[in-house]
Amino acid sequence: MKLRIETSSIDTLTIRLFDTIDEANMPWLRAAASKLREQFGDHLIDLVPSYTTLMLHYDMQEMTDSQACERVQRALAHLETAPPPQPGRLHEVPVWYHPSVGPDLLRLARQTGLTPEQVAIRHCSREYQVFTLGFAPGFAYMGLVEEALAIPRLATPRRSVPTGSVGIAERQTAIYPLVSPGGWNLLGRTPVALFDRTREGYSLLQPGDRVRFIRVEQPEFILLGGDDTPMEPLL
Amino acid sequence: MSGLLVEQSLGLAQLQDAGRFGVRHLGVTQGGALDWVAMYWANWLLGNALTCSVIEIPLGGLVLLCEQDSTLALAGADLGATLDEQPLQTWNSFAVRKGQRLVFDTPRAGVRAYLAAPGGFDGPATLGSQSTVVREALGGLDGQGSTLRRGDKMLFTGTDVLRREIPHTSLPDYSSPARLSVIPGAQYSAFSALSLYQAFNHAWRIDQRADRMGIRLVGPELRYTGAPMISEGIPGGAIQVPPDGQPIVLLNDRQTIGGYPRLGALTPSAMSRLAQLATGETARLVATDPEAARREHLELLHGWHSPR
Repeated sequence: MKLRIETSSIDTLTIRLFDTIDEANMPWLRAAASKLREQFGDHLIDLVPSYTTLMLHYDMQEMTDSQACERVQRALAHLETAPPPQPGRLHEVPVWYHPSVGPDLLRLARQTGLTPEQVAIRHCSREYQVFTLGFAPGFAYMGLVEEALAIPRLATPRRSVPTGSVGIAERQTAIYPLVSPGGWNLLGRTPVALFDRTREGYSLLQPGDRVRFIRVEQPEFILLGGDDTPMEPLL
Repeated sequence: MSGLLVEQSLGLAQLQDAGRFGVRHLGVTQGGALDWVAMYWANWLLGNALTCSVIEIPLGGLVLLCEQDSTLALAGADLGATLDEQPLQTWNSFAVRKGQRLVFDTPRAGVRAYLAAPGGFDGPATLGSQSTVVREALGGLDGQGSTLRRGDKMLFTGTDVLRREIPHTSLPDYSSPARLSVIPGAQYSAFSALSLYQAFNHAWRIDQRADRMGIRLVGPELRYTGAPMISEGIPGGAIQVPPDGQPIVLLNDRQTIGGYPRLGALTPSAMSRLAQLATGETARLVATDPEAARREHLELLHGWHSPR
């Protein structure tokens, strides 16, 4: 970990901690985020953690750029020597893996020489880290997916991906929180609501959380409130 | 309770305020009036809090029927607005009577007009803001991200109105050449020397690919020579350069993180100016000292709060 602070705009700083994507970074980024929130208090407008960085938007009517930098230094000074930070919350997310709601499942199976069932089992066999949220409210970039299941994004994104769709792109996996265009390879669907404006914290998944997918069959998926409307055949 | 009935809309006009804050780590975009300076003035004219919700009207095509006598204020672009066919002055407040019709036609200067009402327009705050974000289904009259539609009633409950006048020296001039101040930063030093020269010494044309997420600039092809990036948080006004070398200035509805290299970011005043540039117009980027930009911005903010 090597702390670097850069000016990104009139009132934002980019705080760099790492240079590569690594699941082991995430507890440190979580710890850094919480120390920065504590240090800046009400003068923090937004804090956006990503794979290796945190972008900090501060209230420029309350402090100068150099005061903001000093506060960052102070907040993160003892981060490395502190006891190793706690991992994020673990979520178990049920997924119905099926070609009717995961139109790329069969292709991925063909490409890997596995059965669709084996693809599902292997997608469920790891605990994933939430690296960052972006693209849409509650959309969590998670990883790392095992090398064998890694496939590139679709050359042409779908115009409409249903809510709850679970996909893979390269070595990352994600769930679409609301209907949107999307280019990830879809394997199945979860009945769990990812983004709910009436819930405390709004988003089920927060940066630094951990996720384990649990394979369920259609009846349980429906029992859990899932919508099993099939997708259009692959474009 | 007073209100305006939407009789015609292109589906672009929408409720906006200062934006949504404290939720960007969840992937929720910032939102908010693109020309925040014009929104401030529209509210200031009525004595409102400066960030009360207003109607952002891009390009015109909007007809509103006044359902009560009241006072409204208009700032930003000149869209050839009329009240019962009488021309309305932009940057002014004006009285309306029940039954009068307010028409926004087509741009004559600038792109986006802002209409303010006493106390701001009613509407649920979703995640702390009324700002409309269509793709995230947040904000707006219904709280579901809808823009103004025929038949919508835009209600407001405020009654106290100051009816102030804006000093002439404070009015923006949309016909003057656009010089957009940029605070260099991010991956600035990883662009080729020629690209850095070109970025700040050529005119950039406003492309038709422009919306509330970003505005694409067309000009010399800028070349980034650094390593591929890992996605990181993007500030408002960031100038990102995708592989085709044509920069995109990211605005209020930008994605929260991104992996394209950036030259730096526009100042808030420059973002306000950019929001009023039409397709085909040109702008220059001007590298600015961050400290000078901060002083200037704080003075500008201070100005609204002190007597004029």
